Amino acid sequence: MSENTKEFWRWKEYNWHDERVDPKDAETISAGVDVGSVSSQAVVMIDGKLYAYSNMRTGSDSPDSARKAMSWALENTGLALDDIHYTVGTGYGRVNVPFANRAITEIACHARGGNLMYGSTVRTILDMGGQDCKAIHCDEKGKVTNFLMNDKCAAGTGRGMEVFADLLAVSIEEVGELSLDVDEEPPPVSSTCVVFAKSEASSLLREGWSKKRVLAAYCSAMAHRVVSLLERIGVEKDFAITGGIAKNSGVVTRLERELNLISLKSKYDTQVAGALGAALFAKTLVEKQRKKVAQ
Amino acid sequence: MKANYGYMDGSGEFFITIDTDLCLECTDHSCVDACPVSMFEIIVDDYDDEVAAIKEEHRKKLKYDCAPCKPVSDRPPLPCVVACTPGAVAHSW
Repeated sequence: MSENTKEFWRWKEYNWHDERVDPKDAETISAGVDVGSVSSQAVVMIDGKLYAYSNMRTGSDSPDSARKAMSWALENTGLALDDIHYTVGTGYGRVNVPFANRAITEIACHARGGNLMYGSTVRTILDMGGQDCKAIHCDEKGKVTNFLMNDKCAAGTGRGMEVFADLLAVSIEEVGELSLDVDEEPPPVSSTCVVFAKSEASSLLREGWSKKRVLAAYCSAMAHRVVSLLERIGVEKDFAITGGIAKNSGVVTRLERELNLISLKSKYDTQVAGALGAALFAKTLVEKQRKKVAQ
Repeated sequence: MKANYGYMDGSGEFFITIDTDLCLECTDHSCVDACPVSMFEIIVDDYDDEVAAIKEEHRKKLKYDCAPCKPVSDRPPLPCVVACTPGAVAHSW
């Protein structure tokens, strides 16, 4: 692919399953499917433990994206869709998951997933998604106590970062590190709109700014934008970030600097937080259902 | 739970906050009828509680939809805030 046609925004899609676990011994197989505006994830849990997941780009058809994400998560596991006892759909396309037993908002799912990923001490979760940004407060059980969502504007979202990666011809996965490789922190670009920020960045490039400096200015603007969202509901410790932008060290470092605190880190993939929470909800709901039947 | 519906953009922050813990105490849900543009609805939330929420179609244009109740001068009390007996509704602007 030539430099002109290369898709710099394209991040790596992947699937995984735990080969040490035999799903045939499972009592409860629950699943969560998060159909986001940019990416879709499917998570399969066996008796409340993460067993398999996939993370891929959302296509133009939400039901199809949900099906593809789930079948990719189940690939080589020996499991079929019918083996799953309960599925919860979440995310922007949650009502379009054809095999879901219930739809739950991504806000509740991120809180629940974040509770598992970062532990019960986490109180503030910032989900930096593809097309929106959510600030969530939760209790020790991962139940939402306060939330704020901004989905009217792409500033501070993954899509905005993809636009910049394409503009500067820098792979999206390298943006964070490159943005930190500057001698001095430049002033942030326009933080109110991606379209304005993009034209501002073009002007800066013409003025002779290096790509790294422009990226630093954008990451800084994005961090600043998100901090103002967080400030509306306040940041309670412990603080964690989920979503794709949590993998961008340039934004995370600047966010931590502005907030003057370090975010929790997790062994789990930050992009699967919503689907993970959905799978946890699914487990609870199927157990509730079984209890009802037994009574 | 404090549910904030709305948005922030270049012109400001426009959120309606519904405290669902207080909302749960209410049985008449008079906010639904009080709003002249019917932006309130009663939903079953993610935790199976029956609470008030702002309808999806109003969430991204609160500044404009709430404008008739917010004249520049002689601003009367907001009908939704007055109607909410447990005091669960608040506006950020």
